[in-house]
Amino acid sequence: MNFKKAGLDSCPLTLGSTDQSEGSILRSRWFPFFNFAHAQFIFKMAAVQGGMVDAKDELDIKSEPPSDGFGNSNANDGRLLSSSPGAGTGGTATGNNKPAPGPPEEQQTLLAVLQFLKKSKLAESAEILRREAGLPEDALDPKGTDASGSGPGLAAGSGQVDGVDASSLLSRVTVSSSAAAQAPKKAAAGEDQPDVSVVLSAYSQQGDPSLYDAYYSGLKRFIESVLDCHRAELSQLFYPLFVHMYLELVYNNNESVAKAFFEKFSGDQECYYEQDLRILSSLTKKEHMKGNETLLDFRTSKFVLRISRDSYQLLKRHLQERQNNQIWNIIQEHLYIDIFDGMPRSKSQIDAMSGSLAGEARREANKAKVFYGLLKEPEIELPLDDEDEEAENEEGKPKKKKPKKDSMGSKSKKQDPNAPLQTRIPLPELKDSDKLDKIMYMKESTKRIRLGSDNLPSICFYTFLNAYQGLTAVDVTDDSSLIAGGFADSTVRVWSVTPKKLRKVKSAADLNLIDKESDDVLERIMDEKTASELKILYGHSGPVYGISFSPDRNYLLSSSEDGTIRLWSLQTFTCLVGYKGHNYPVWDTQFSPYGYYFVSGGHDRVARLWATDHYQPLRIFAGHLADITCTRFHPNSNYVATGSSDRTIRLWDVLNGNCVRIFTGHKGPIHALAFSPNGKFLASGATDGRVLLWDIGHGLMVGELKGHTDTIYSLRFSRDGEILASGSMDNTVRLWDAMKAFDDLETDDFTAATGHIHLQDNSQELLLGTYMTKSTPVLHLHFTRRNLLLAAGAYNP
Amino acid sequence: MSERRFAEVSRDSVKLMAESAGLELGDEVAALLAEDVCYRLREAAQSSAQFMRHAKRKKLTVDDFNKALRWSNVEAICGYGAQDAMLFRSVKEGELFFVEDRDINLIELALATNIPKGCAETMVRANVAYLDGKGNVGPQGTVPAAVQSLSDDLLKYYQQITRAILGEDPHLMKVALQDLQSNSKIAALLPYFVYVISGVKSVSHDLEQLNRLLHMVKSLVQNPYLYLGSYVRSLVSSVMYCILEPLAASINPLNDHWTLRDYAALLLSHIFWTHGDLVSGLYRQILLSLQKVLSDPVRPLCSHYGAVVGLHALGWKAVERVLFPHLPAYWANLQAVLDDYSVSNAQVKADGHKVYGAILVAVERLLKMKALSLPQPAEGCSSSQPGCLAGPMGYRVSSPGLSPPPEPLAEAGLGIASHLQAGGAGCQWEEWSPVPLPAMYSELYSFFGDSLAVRFSTEQSFGGFSPCTPSHFRETRKEPLGHVSNPDTTRKMPQLTANLNISPRQDGSPRTDPPPPSLAATGSVRSLARSSMQRSRASSSRSGQRSIGLSRDVFPKARFTSPHSGPPTFSFVIGGRQMGRRCQGRRPFQTIFVPTPPPPVVLPRVYTHKLPVIGRVCKPLRRWTRSHYSLHLPL
Repeated sequence: MNFKKAGLDSCPLTLGSTDQSEGSILRSRWFPFFNFAHAQFIFKMAAVQGGMVDAKDELDIKSEPPSDGFGNSNANDGRLLSSSPGAGTGGTATGNNKPAPGPPEEQQTLLAVLQFLKKSKLAESAEILRREAGLPEDALDPKGTDASGSGPGLAAGSGQVDGVDASSLLSRVTVSSSAAAQAPKKAAAGEDQPDVSVVLSAYSQQGDPSLYDAYYSGLKRFIESVLDCHRAELSQLFYPLFVHMYLELVYNNNESVAKAFFEKFSGDQECYYEQDLRILSSLTKKEHMKGNETLLDFRTSKFVLRISRDSYQLLKRHLQERQNNQIWNIIQEHLYIDIFDGMPRSKSQIDAMSGSLAGEARREANKAKVFYGLLKEPEIELPLDDEDEEAENEEGKPKKKKPKKDSMGSKSKKQDPNAPLQTRIPLPELKDSDKLDKIMYMKESTKRIRLGSDNLPSICFYTFLNAYQGLTAVDVTDDSSLIAGGFADSTVRVWSVTPKKLRKVKSAADLNLIDKESDDVLERIMDEKTASELKILYGHSGPVYGISFSPDRNYLLSSSEDGTIRLWSLQTFTCLVGYKGHNYPVWDTQFSPYGYYFVSGGHDRVARLWATDHYQPLRIFAGHLADITCTRFHPNSNYVATGSSDRTIRLWDVLNGNCVRIFTGHKGPIHALAFSPNGKFLASGATDGRVLLWDIGHGLMVGELKGHTDTIYSLRFSRDGEILASGSMDNTVRLWDAMKAFDDLETDDFTAATGHIHLQDNSQELLLGTYMTKSTPVLHLHFTRRNLLLAAGAYNP
Repeated sequence: MSERRFAEVSRDSVKLMAESAGLELGDEVAALLAEDVCYRLREAAQSSAQFMRHAKRKKLTVDDFNKALRWSNVEAICGYGAQDAMLFRSVKEGELFFVEDRDINLIELALATNIPKGCAETMVRANVAYLDGKGNVGPQGTVPAAVQSLSDDLLKYYQQITRAILGEDPHLMKVALQDLQSNSKIAALLPYFVYVISGVKSVSHDLEQLNRLLHMVKSLVQNPYLYLGSYVRSLVSSVMYCILEPLAASINPLNDHWTLRDYAALLLSHIFWTHGDLVSGLYRQILLSLQKVLSDPVRPLCSHYGAVVGLHALGWKAVERVLFPHLPAYWANLQAVLDDYSVSNAQVKADGHKVYGAILVAVERLLKMKALSLPQPAEGCSSSQPGCLAGPMGYRVSSPGLSPPPEPLAEAGLGIASHLQAGGAGCQWEEWSPVPLPAMYSELYSFFGDSLAVRFSTEQSFGGFSPCTPSHFRETRKEPLGHVSNPDTTRKMPQLTANLNISPRQDGSPRTDPPPPSLAATGSVRSLARSSMQRSRASSSRSGQRSIGLSRDVFPKARFTSPHSGPPTFSFVIGGRQMGRRCQGRRPFQTIFVPTPPPPVVLPRVYTHKLPVIGRVCKPLRRWTRSHYSLHLPL
């Protein structure tokens, strides 16, 4: 491949790949990145605490150096919090809030890593690290004991380090191994992040368990008695408080009290938390807490609430008056209250944004600039007045014409101010075949039907019949010539849906016989004997959950439950590469619109950016609190969107690995994402049957499309972005008026500044049509270049 | 949340399992274990749901659960991967529940000869929904014809069906026909089947095959899911071929091609009555071609027979319009054949008798129906009002569906023919003016003599006839009678108006009416003759009012309710099936009125003896009856 390889692999965030040599760290599901994303939580928490001490400080919280806030920690002694900025600045955009990390802190981090390595008996690695960091040989000795004394949990963990093997990491169910599994994480994260057992031990300071009921009811009474405008805001507190109080009770072995508490108050919670509550209700033993992922999510990430200043003051006054320290402690420790000035939000506004595992996104999380514009079309210009017969002999003519056209084209096209620089990330050069394809594309697009509310696309449904083995993923090439299905029996099947059969390239021996000078050499290399409508690709050892064609139709990616992503050649129909890295089921993968790069996401809660010619990921996007269920590339290839079971959508910058947007509002795991063709908007679909529309530039929710009754598995915008098609488990394809949905927006400055959106309930107006299938869930949607809608799914009798 | 309970594993179950593993557990331990097991199960169930969601299913499978277990480093549970639900059995005594796990004889399985076929190949099929501007799905739900090709399944079906129908096994044929008649998914195959049927010409030597093809037509026509469209024309021409052509099979006198023609004729009328509206002008075309055959003396008698039967099947109006005008010309030919007693002519003469019989039946029906349609008094209208003004509804009621709806012009003048001029709407393809009933009768009588008369009750007829005839009608009637050369006629004028009655067709519109042949075909000649002596008193009682009225429904009602009707002394059996009724199934009906034993029936017999040679009704009629029965084949 003659791609430019500049840039990406030498970017600062390659820590993940270097660490992969270490078995134990590699498998740790929370990478150091995790800490980057969450380092801020700690500061904020501290800030809130500080705020309580002195209310006047609140205004300045965010600009205060974080170290100010650590005065009153109770169980935080072992956290080594002061070292966090060292790691934190590397990955997040929080650098501006914090003073630049000093060298001593960095050194401390290094020492801690070194110490862990020693403890894990990874002497060689330790030696290398020591040498590279230029640390003195005895650097560790005096400090080693210091750091290891953080708590019984850590001690236990390090005691079992020998057992921290591949097997023990896989096990997260049995208590003993799960404790061990957390050990490495702890150690790796221990420098700047409260490890799990420490967080849990925070629960040990507690009041009288029998008073919890009274505390909670007291707060409830208070909130119910406040003015209406505040009530909705303060009601947000119920859920996180409820969960934390319940967990405290469980942690302190007050099982019966906990059960009673749950019985009494679980009914008050918002219905969209039902799933989490169900998990919670099954948890009644302290021992169980250690291995429970949901719990860990709750502990390690702070629940974010947005509350207006007035409401917050109200709450604080109440709690201070009542001396209700229990609740106040929880708020300080486990919640992040994002205070804003202005009108309190209404219930519907709050409901629109809440629902995720960890509350809403903090406002500053969505402040980063996103270059959502499209890249300039690459330097081939379609001879616009080109007649068909000219295109026929593509070989010679376009080349001759190109110089002329180039000068014209580049002048006429202005750079979109919102578009990233053309060279922001290195993109592969166009091959001749790509140029041909572009020309084809442009010719096709001149014949494109203009869709609209009064001109809906016809729908062609590709039904997979006899798919007893279970169809799990579908993809269609951009030119709609091939359709591929991933199946639960580990196979990938590729069909040609045009009369052109699929052929393999001849064997090497036969290729030698070919006249390589002939004009039709590309035709001659194909083996006519292998022509068939269907090719089956064998290689995975688990269900194939995601597949994606490369834009040039030469490759196919498949991600599977077996933890690998495979790259297949559609010339030879063989597997070229198996990308290993996820180690857990990989739920989705997608090629970049420019090829070469691809993104994957899976059960290990990280998304990875790969290049086809690198066997290790170039970027690791960590931050989701639960499985990443779907991944999509932005049309300009500079960003990646991931949807997750934590009910959030994140947008990641490919260049630096930062999370630049967090969208909350879905009430269930997200299973479908689609960027609008102009790159401005994102649509997402989830198990809650709703489609949400997001303005990427402003970081706002701009629409809600209600109508589906089951999980939405596929979303697609028409080629010009006028129509949004959604396909669901409820056996329907629905068409929505995207143009109207986006036109009606009034993104005034206030909304943009506060993020407080007023959604109008106009789903019915936007719904243009509902089309039933014959008991066939719609797994994939695709608009052909001429705007015919293709849908695909397996008949499910 | 509170009502959501989890499945729990009880302490006892844990103990039991421990025991089976050879362990003794204390209560406390068992309780702890049970609780933990429950929790782990829930956890595994929750994580398995994720695998289900990503597999885009709604049903959690054992496989999902095993995957969750695997990623939790727990051994998978093998042996429960089957898709179908597992049998859960209970042992009552022990309150034990278990999954049935039967032993499988591997040897038997391995050596089994009936190796199951693998499941069908996974494939992708395209189906297009065309949306118009409003977003409505277009009428065509399938791939456009250019793209469409028969799927393998359809092709196989086609082969199997044609093979079964044209094959040797009668049972298989029955099944195939039955399926053809009810399968809703064979629209794509219709042209193919029509093509097969058009192959009648190539098998004209094989009566059996022709018969099968006709059955195929019948099945296709009866399939409620098929829209025949313009294929009706093709089907009709195939059927017409069977009716009219001098089939190769008819060379051998042993072949019963007569039955085939009868059946085809019946089928023709069925297609016509049920699908005639699909092709405009079909009625005319059919009549034209029948007429052409009839008027062509060169054609063999079996073709003529077919034409007559065909006309008969199309209804009495067709007979009136085509057969009746041609009868004088044709009669000469037929007479010649029948009068030739030479041995060499024996076969032809037999054929001639066939034709004679067919004409007789057709004509009889014509007379009956005509008589029936005439005397309907317009109870609602004033007697002077001409029927043509009675409006379409009244008209429909009065003319029991003897012409197809799409061609009202063809029937415009029919029902009221004898009293009004034919009008411009009559027949443009042939000069034809309706002949008044009496004239018709007398003319026909001149041909058939008593063999016609015997079909009606000739005895005491004359006296009985007059009261039921309106005066002016009688006048018109008598006049032509006077011209009739045969003096016997006056004496033996049969009574025409009785025993036409209980027709179920009175209620329906022409479209749904059964075609007349079923009626005509019903009574055997003898029973007709026997019963026809009776006349309805009811009709006579109302005779004064009778005029050219068109509404006919009062007639039977009056019959049944009239206190004067007394015991009807004749029995009339209409047996058979209703045909052509699309909306109401084909329920057989049989209506009998036999309150009293039949009156003396000797007289008709006497007349049979007096029959002229030509009419030798006894034998030919009986044969005719038999062949006539073929018309009864339940359609």
